[in-house]
Amino acid sequence: MNLVTPEIGLIFWTTLVFLILLFLLNKFAWKPILGAVKGREEAIDKALSAAEEAKEEIKKLEAKNQDLLAEARKERDELLNAARDTRDKIVSEAKETAKKESEKIISSAKAAIANDRKNAIAQMKEEIASLSVELAEKILKEQLKDDTKQKELVSKYVREINLN
Amino acid sequence: MRLINSLLLLSLSLFSVMPTLNAAEKEADNDETFDPTPMIMHHVMDSHEWHLWDVEDETGEVKEVTIPLPIILYHAGNLEFFMSSAFDHGRANVTKNGAEFTMYHDKIYFADENGGVTYNEDGEVVNDRPYDLSLTKNVVSMLMASALLLFLFIKVGQSYSKNGMKAPRGLTSFLEPLVVFVRDDIARPIIGEHQYERFIPFLLTAFFFIWINNLLGLVPFFPGGANVTGNISVTLVLAAFTFVITNINGNKHYWQHIFAMPGVPIFVLPIMIIVELVGLIVKPVALLIRLFANITAGHIIILSLISLIFIFKTIWISPVSVAFGLFMNVLELLVAALQAYIFTLLSALFIGGAVAEEH
Repeated sequence: MNLVTPEIGLIFWTTLVFLILLFLLNKFAWKPILGAVKGREEAIDKALSAAEEAKEEIKKLEAKNQDLLAEARKERDELLNAARDTRDKIVSEAKETAKKESEKIISSAKAAIANDRKNAIAQMKEEIASLSVELAEKILKEQLKDDTKQKELVSKYVREINLN
Repeated sequence: MRLINSLLLLSLSLFSVMPTLNAAEKEADNDETFDPTPMIMHHVMDSHEWHLWDVEDETGEVKEVTIPLPIILYHAGNLEFFMSSAFDHGRANVTKNGAEFTMYHDKIYFADENGGVTYNEDGEVVNDRPYDLSLTKNVVSMLMASALLLFLFIKVGQSYSKNGMKAPRGLTSFLEPLVVFVRDDIARPIIGEHQYERFIPFLLTAFFFIWINNLLGLVPFFPGGANVTGNISVTLVLAAFTFVITNINGNKHYWQHIFAMPGVPIFVLPIMIIVELVGLIVKPVALLIRLFANITAGHIIILSLISLIFIFKTIWISPVSVAFGLFMNVLELLVAALQAYIFTLLSALFIGGAVAEEH
């Protein structure tokens, strides 16, 4: 029966010791320990979410980079296309101009040639005319050296004229 | 290394039973048949002196070697302080302020006119007792355990200001998971996310107080060997703490369930109130008996196994005693932690029931 009879002294001391222990441990052990544990847990949570955010950020950046790259590529293609167009235009324009120029040159050359020919022909005609007059003069002079012949000819012309 | 360890353990466990052996031997010499009950009872009960071993002087007289402990008595407005050695292990009476005290079976009584104790027909002592506030073996053991607890945990508490948020190291890495275990596996899930923080200090203190006292009780020689958590006064106080905390924090629903159980017909309510009130008391009583009985039983079993040697009066039974004693000691090591856990768990359960919101 002694075994299960509480003793006032032990009850008193246990209560006192436990209360003091509760106070001291709470102040110097449980609070710092649990505070630190909580702090560490929060820090870990924070670090994890920060890492998650960073990952997200990197993904976004990557997507942005991809976009930028695609845009740059597009721009390059556009530039290239524009350059090609410009080149083609310039070339075709140059061709056109050259064609026109050449046509112009050809036509002016043709005109000059025609002119020259005309002139040459006119000159030739003149030349031929004077030559023929000279020739005729010479022939006449030859034929009309003696008077008989001159008379004969005159008579002939006269006859002829009469006949008309 | 392992061999050395096991040899060390074996020799320790042998050495540890030496004081008990001596005490038992003395009785074995006197009686033809050895009765282990007084020795075991003496061990599991509180004492005013810390018994170490017995010596036999040249005259053949057996004397106890003990550490005397302070006696504090209160009677009729007087407070008496003296050392327990004044009682000479119960052989002498002490007279202070006109009152004569006598110690009988480690309890202090006012001596009767013959300077002894008087029994009634049931063999019980009928003498009056002073208020005995002595620092008994259990109190001293409890104080040492508390000092150890404070030393360990204040050290851990301070390690954070040095180490900061870094991963715990050394002692902290061992004790912090235990603290977190009590928080995350006992308090938080049972009491609930919103309320548990208020009760954490009590639960943690109770858990470690019980555990360390259980463990010290398993150490067979000084400074262990006291049966602190196997003493009904200690478990009574611990259970009373749970009881008070539970009922102080009991909310409306808790009291409603006791005095006006919803959905119960009016004429049944008086019976229900009685049942609930009994339940209110039975819960902490179960708590205190469970811890007391478990720890005391462990001590009794180990001592009984050792007593086998003296009951059979042969040294050849000692391997059996030592083997079973060792087994029981290791089992008690588990029980020490388990009972601390169960006490804390049930306390949390009672508190959780008292503060739970209605759902």
